[in-house]
Amino acid sequence: MLTIGGVHTFYGNIEALRGVDLEVREGEIVTLIGANGAGKSTLLMTICGQPRASRGTIVFEGKDITRWPTHAIIRAGIAQSPEGRRIFPRMSVHENLLMGATVSDPAHLADDLNRVYALFPILQRRSDQRGGTLSGGEQQMLAIGRALMSRPRLLLLDEPSLGLAPMVVKQIFRTIEDINREQGVTVFLVEQNAYHALKLAHRAYVLVNGSVSLSGSGRELLANAEIRAAYLEGGH
Amino acid sequence: MSTAAPIATAAPAPAKAPPPAVPPARHPLLAPLREAAVAALVALAVAVPLVGFETVQGASGLVLRTRWSWVAIAVVSVFIGRLLLALLRPVRRQPRARKDAGPAARAFRDAARWLGPIAILLALALPLLPFADRYILDVSILVLTYIMLGWGLNIVVGLAGLLDLGYVAFYAVGAYSYGLLALNFDLSFWMCLPLAGMFAATFGMLLGFPVLRLRGDYLAIVTLGFGEMIRVILINWYKLTNGPNGLSGIPRPSFFGLPFATTPAGGGETFSSFFGIAYSPLHRVIFLYYLILVLALLTNLFTLRIRKLPVGRAWEGLREDEIACRSLGINPTNTKLTAFAIGAMFAGFAGSFFATRQGFVSPESFSFIESAIILAIVVLGGMGSQVGVVVAAIVLIGGPELVRQLEDFRMLAFGGLMVLIMIWRPRGLLAFRDPTIRLGPRRTAAPTGEHRG
Ligand SMILES: Nc1ncnc2c1ncn2[C@@H]1O[C@H](COP(=O)(O)OP(=O)(O)O)[C@@H](O)[C@H]1O
Ligand SMILES: [Mg+2]
Repeated sequence: MLTIGGVHTFYGNIEALRGVDLEVREGEIVTLIGANGAGKSTLLMTICGQPRASRGTIVFEGKDITRWPTHAIIRAGIAQSPEGRRIFPRMSVHENLLMGATVSDPAHLADDLNRVYALFPILQRRSDQRGGTLSGGEQQMLAIGRALMSRPRLLLLDEPSLGLAPMVVKQIFRTIEDINREQGVTVFLVEQNAYHALKLAHRAYVLVNGSVSLSGSGRELLANAEIRAAYLEGGH
Repeated sequence: MSTAAPIATAAPAPAKAPPPAVPPARHPLLAPLREAAVAALVALAVAVPLVGFETVQGASGLVLRTRWSWVAIAVVSVFIGRLLLALLRPVRRQPRARKDAGPAARAFRDAARWLGPIAILLALALPLLPFADRYILDVSILVLTYIMLGWGLNIVVGLAGLLDLGYVAFYAVGAYSYGLLALNFDLSFWMCLPLAGMFAATFGMLLGFPVLRLRGDYLAIVTLGFGEMIRVILINWYKLTNGPNGLSGIPRPSFFGLPFATTPAGGGETFSSFFGIAYSPLHRVIFLYYLILVLALLTNLFTLRIRKLPVGRAWEGLREDEIACRSLGINPTNTKLTAFAIGAMFAGFAGSFFATRQGFVSPESFSFIESAIILAIVVLGGMGSQVGVVVAAIVLIGGPELVRQLEDFRMLAFGGLMVLIMIWRPRGLLAFRDPTIRLGPRRTAAPTGEHRG
């Protein structure tokens, strides 16, 4: 579904991605773990075309989207819950969700809203409240819900567990699984919280210094001694 | 030039209390004094070139004269102002300034729901009130023109968050389009109005297309340049615009074909004879008043409507977070372009009105200070607030009328007022934003605090 081949991305002179190769197949949950500054967020943003890859190709459902403008990539069926959530703090929850429906057909707006509210009932209760007044967990749910409003076939999630209480993290990961299983959305998940993210994943990659150093099934990586030492010690 | 002092007062100065490393035994006056000294230095730097030199017509051309006393006055007043501000700061409630909707703002917002209709009714009734003489009506027309311009610019600055310093250019395009169309093609007001709006919108697109990739400050500079460019073109394209002399003899408005006159030029009915009332020169003024009232209300209605539509929401989204908007599939360039074009269109309408009211347009009416005033109305009103624009327009346009005797010092008072408002309400007079869509009935207990744990 998504094939990334030899992608390099620069911020000025800084080379944040140094030839990334990876693949996400239809129906999977693929997890990418890596330390702070490894380039995880850069990879997700590069998939969406901001910043643009300076070398390499990104192919989505057979189309080379490497040079496409961001809005066209989103229209093609990719949605992102970005790093830091980036919800609109001064808009209500409801309006935030409507913003997510920008590229979708207004005819199924009501259906999509109901679907998101069913997934996150708390959002329905908070629908008139400003986005900025939500708790961290609620903001993350809103960011995911907003991304789902465009009916994506591929959902990119950037550290959805960041800064959340363990209970909330569990709930969010359970919902991600539901989205994947029940709604058939392919998920590409970026995490530092490696334990949960690897348990959830069909397959996983490890990003080190802007390139992939390891890959395998989620189970394999969880059992890998190196991974345990680098990403799991002290955790769960 | 006399605004130099207030601007310098507003210059950012280190507002922090002494850092913790500094022993607390220091004199409490030291920090405010240093702050005031820094502000005074900035004022000095600004005032020397702006106020310090004056060119006067001498026997052999322009002569440079200095007026250091003026510079001294500016620097001293900035020093004192900043010192007072620094000394009074601890008294002011800091968090309230940060908060989006303080209790006062919220009370006002609730009041605004019935205040709006009452204000509209008052505006409708104004010409019928006994004290409404020619002068009151003229000032009201002026204020309403600026309310309309403020609402128009609010779409660009307040909603879409694009800092446009050349808004007056579109006002000029509207006014000249109207004048040229009416003079050369003998079209009626109601024909020219939409055309002038279209011309202005087209100019908005032409400007917007290349510059909307630019961000913040750059956009501001380019629009500033564009505003001046239009004015320079109007001055120099003598064949079309009659240069600095402007266009005169622009047809005055008629009441749907009925002229406001004692006796019509070519026989036929006039407004007064048609309705069988005595001729009064006030009729035309009242008509103009209602005309601009309707145009302004249409602008407002349009904005209120479009804010609930996807494109309006996209504007607000772009203002808050462009990157998030992109990742939601919004095309920022097109979205900004529509805001720019629509804002320009309303300036074009207002320009048409200006042309028909004056019967005369010249480049002088469209200088940068006009853009600055309209922008000040939007910013002081609290970006994005429709009611705020009304309040700010009344204060900024009506206010100077009340203090006409200040003459040259009007601009100084104007600058001082802006500084005061920015100190008192840093985010504008009415800075709050209500959700434009609600699901259920209004929830009274909904928390509004901006800070989370
Ligand atoms: N906007 C930016 N400008 C310059 N450098 C950046 C920017 N964003 C990220 N970087 C750099 O790129 C590298 C990868 O960052 P990022 O993708 O955010 O890592 P991760 O998400 O894995 O923590 C880091 O070295 C970071 O400093
Ligand atoms: Mg990151």
